[in-house]
Amino acid sequence: MLTWANLVSQMFNGLVLGALLALISSGLTIIYGTLGVLNLAHGALFMLGGYAGWLTFDYTGSYIAAVAGGALFVLLVGIVIERGIIRFFYDRPHEDQILVTFGIGIVIVELVRLSFGSLSLSVTPPSLISGITNLGFVIYPTYRLAVVAIVAVALLALYLVLYRTRLGMIVRAGIEDAGMVDALGINVYRVFMVVFGIGAMAAGFAGIVNAPVAPITPDVGTEILVQTFVVVVIGGVGSFPGAILGGLIAGEILSLTSMINPAYSQVMLFAVMTLVLVVSPHGLLGVRGRQ
Amino acid sequence: MSLLEVTGLNSYYGDSHILFDIDLRVEANEVVALIGRNGAGKSTTLKSLMGMVQPRSGEIRLEGENVAGRKAHVIARRGIQLVPEERRVFGSLDVEENIVLARLTASSAWPLERIYEIFPRLAERRSSRGTDLSGGEQQMLAIARALVRDPKIVLLDEPFEGLAPVIVQDLMRVCRRLVEEGQTIVLVEQNIAATLSLADRAYVINNGHVVHEDTTSAIRAQPEILRRYLGV
Repeated sequence: MLTWANLVSQMFNGLVLGALLALISSGLTIIYGTLGVLNLAHGALFMLGGYAGWLTFDYTGSYIAAVAGGALFVLLVGIVIERGIIRFFYDRPHEDQILVTFGIGIVIVELVRLSFGSLSLSVTPPSLISGITNLGFVIYPTYRLAVVAIVAVALLALYLVLYRTRLGMIVRAGIEDAGMVDALGINVYRVFMVVFGIGAMAAGFAGIVNAPVAPITPDVGTEILVQTFVVVVIGGVGSFPGAILGGLIAGEILSLTSMINPAYSQVMLFAVMTLVLVVSPHGLLGVRGRQ
Repeated sequence: MSLLEVTGLNSYYGDSHILFDIDLRVEANEVVALIGRNGAGKSTTLKSLMGMVQPRSGEIRLEGENVAGRKAHVIARRGIQLVPEERRVFGSLDVEENIVLARLTASSAWPLERIYEIFPRLAERRSSRGTDLSGGEQQMLAIARALVRDPKIVLLDEPFEGLAPVIVQDLMRVCRRLVEEGQTIVLVEQNIAATLSLADRAYVINNGHVVHEDTTSAIRAQPEILRRYLGV
């Protein structure tokens, strides 16, 4: 039934989903922007963050340790993947890059299924951020509000790295023109490794933060991968602010459409993406003049 | 030993053979021009020297050390610096960030003040983004980015292309000053009068081959060479 309370709480759901999509997409967009490689393993890395975090949680019982463990493990995995596999594909055609990252994603998903089975797992957040909160106009799960805050802090950290550090300056230049960064004496391949690691970590961090909201399963990354692509396209490929804006828009579209008819939520998302591409082919905040 | 000695350089774009056994030599403090028609292979030669195009064969000896086949950042650290034809200024970075980025890995970088003294216009625009600069300002920034690294050799690819005459004069003054200070330069430029007045020697490149080499004063005295290979 369509009531104000329903609408508002559904908009909050959209905000939570949007925040998570924004974070995952930021990782994907800086990887694609800098390395030129479309990372189809990104959904699997999101999922892996959930499992690594769950494992940490199982050992320590600490939510904070779980978040740190999930994020750092995926950072490490990202660096290993880049050094071990992706770097041999920079000079190869895009089809090869897509196939290899797709393959990496499948391997990760199946390894996780082999180790953990297909049963869903969950992580309980500390009592401080569990339960429900009465916002006056609507009663809403506290953890979901916390997710928005946690993701906002993570995005702020990512922003500070990108816009206030030397590494960030190199990454922003690399997103525009990696070849020129290289020609100015900077080993752009080492930058690629760091960017892939950070991008992967963003996905892994989102994966563990999402764990108390939705159960962790080996296939949880598949659907999120598709949505993440749409977010990157809507926001503009290679644009960090675009990923955030696109994520928030996509979150609301998915959430509000599913209130009316869940079957149409993906359709609506793609419809909006098409509309954005027609009106603004580079996405809403696309980087102009990319090489 | 020459500062730069290129022998038998062959470069390809995909399957198409662009440079055929190019031989070049550049002495310290010398300005060497590469002249020839559009598509003759001048830019490809510069990109091959920089490592942005990987030559298939041949040697590029910088102070005796062969750098052919090395990655661009390695060659940049050895002291070759290309100012590319398309300028390739980082549009999302401001002027100062562009320059700071360029000097990060230079072993003996210039202080920023020295760049701003040569290009006062860049000092005025230091916090403007690359995309907000005029064509002339972008060219100044592209040159500044190379100079700040204090390279042994600057490769200038079409520095005056598409710029208003008054800005070309400005840039010519900068180039003259660099020459007086002993900066070694390899210059590719369609503006033949400017090229011949700046350079000491020139190589004429035609269809990927070096077809003529002489001092610029000798080339000026033989207008038939320019007519034959440049159509001027």
